[in-house]
Amino acid sequence: MSDPKQPPHGTGAEGDAPSVLDDGKTTRREFVGTAVVGGTLLAAGFLSLSATAQGGAKASSLEGPSVAPVPIKLQVNGQEHALEVEPRVTLLDALRENLGLTGSKKGCDLGQCGACTVLVEGRRVNSCLTLAVMQQGKRITTIEGLSQGETLHPMQQSFLAHDGFQCGYCTPGQIMSAVGFSREPWGQTDADIREGMCGNICRCGAYPHIVAAVRDGRGKQA
Amino acid sequence: MRPIDYTAAQDVRGALQKLAARPLESAPIGGGTNLVDLMKIHVQNPALLVDINGLPLAEIQEVEGGLRIGALVRNSDLANHPLVRERYPVLSEALLSGASPQLRNMATVGGNILQRTRCAYFRDISQPCNKREPGSGCGALEGFNRMHAVLGTSDKCIAANPSDMSVALAALDATVHVSGPKGERTVAFGDFHLLPGSTPERETVLKPGELITHVSLPASRFAARSRYLKVRDRASYAFALASAAVAIELEGKTIKDARVALGGVGTKPWRSAEAEKALMGQPADEVHFKAAAAAALKSAKPRTHNAFKVELARRTLVRVLALAAGLA
Repeated sequence: MSDPKQPPHGTGAEGDAPSVLDDGKTTRREFVGTAVVGGTLLAAGFLSLSATAQGGAKASSLEGPSVAPVPIKLQVNGQEHALEVEPRVTLLDALRENLGLTGSKKGCDLGQCGACTVLVEGRRVNSCLTLAVMQQGKRITTIEGLSQGETLHPMQQSFLAHDGFQCGYCTPGQIMSAVGFSREPWGQTDADIREGMCGNICRCGAYPHIVAAVRDGRGKQA
Repeated sequence: MRPIDYTAAQDVRGALQKLAARPLESAPIGGGTNLVDLMKIHVQNPALLVDINGLPLAEIQEVEGGLRIGALVRNSDLANHPLVRERYPVLSEALLSGASPQLRNMATVGGNILQRTRCAYFRDISQPCNKREPGSGCGALEGFNRMHAVLGTSDKCIAANPSDMSVALAALDATVHVSGPKGERTVAFGDFHLLPGSTPERETVLKPGELITHVSLPASRFAARSRYLKVRDRASYAFALASAAVAIELEGKTIKDARVALGGVGTKPWRSAEAEKALMGQPADEVHFKAAAAAALKSAKPRTHNAFKVELARRTLVRVLALAAGLA
């Protein structure tokens, strides 16, 4: 995992395309690094917007007095994690804030944008609308768990090949959603892809490239 | 989100007991897509969540030619079930037109039936809302009411019921099965949701401490000839401006029997006996589809911004009747 505090390419030029190896593949480190920089910039924008709109409300989604945290176990990306969270903590917040898995993004936090999409038991869900405590014993997969070591999942590779993003903030959710989509009974047309991916909003409007990425990536096994 | 306690139940009896232990402040949670959303914006503030996902209510079974659908069946599983696609296509189409694939993978049948309105005044706690806070007034009556209901409204509430699935269930003569502290009971789907009248805070006949356990669909001679059509502001992932679920039985070119329900325009899933009556025994043609549509919307009470829904709902119904009759 690359350190989000360090520029991934050392040039400070966030707009640079990720470097592609001779065989057309990009390493997971480079891909994640690029996505993290884009995500961090937009996340900062989101937070300041949110603070303005709510008169300086704190960024945390927890309000009022706390209740005692409860010990829970989550199976994330093949690893079991023991953690203590309040029952009101969403799966998204537990992943990001307790487990440090910040690949899953917080966009609307109301189930409308899809940036938080993860797989639970192989099915795509909005991690912002379920509580961590409810997901014990379930197999959870996040964007961090998609690759095999340094080898990207075919859907990640396809998003790179088709330039299926601009700022990158929605990208982890788009990719997780596309992996879930590929396992569902949809037809083969682009209209099916657009309908099947309707739960993921891209504010940059990279949809034509996203559709191309999903079209190309959907049939390929990890 | 405010602090909550959490407990998980493994069977119906256990869930009812846990709910009854703190009857005024507990709520069951299934998919959570609606409840967690409303908890985040402080519209619903239960102090105790009883997780019912461990209950054995996630099966779809064939019963006497009909279907018994567990309350915890996920919307996507119901929509894609072979028997639903074959025998009740209107239900599959309605489900697949609702929400997003992620939400459909989470949302349950029971929760969908109990889905709260998307009225912006209901969802904004700085605004008056008789449904959320009885007696506080209604911001929608004279406010921005473009998305609101034109059928079944009152001078206290014009909030539209947002469910697509429920419109199909209304057309299919579904029955809701409920368990509570006093035992089990069944409610005809048409009786399950209440009109707002002077008590818009009461949305269904479900009593505190009761759980929906399953929904049953009767065998039907003609539900295989059923369709759902939804009209919205964008092609996908939006609530209905108007929608219609219909099933028709044809004998030659004559309509022998019909079921008609409307969505997006009613304060509850809107079964239209008037439209059905106008179709029965008549030729399946545009003239009679239009007559049925006029009958369905006859009692409509449009407000400042939603008058367009009356004509839109009529045209939606005419169109879906033509689709179901194989004429479009």
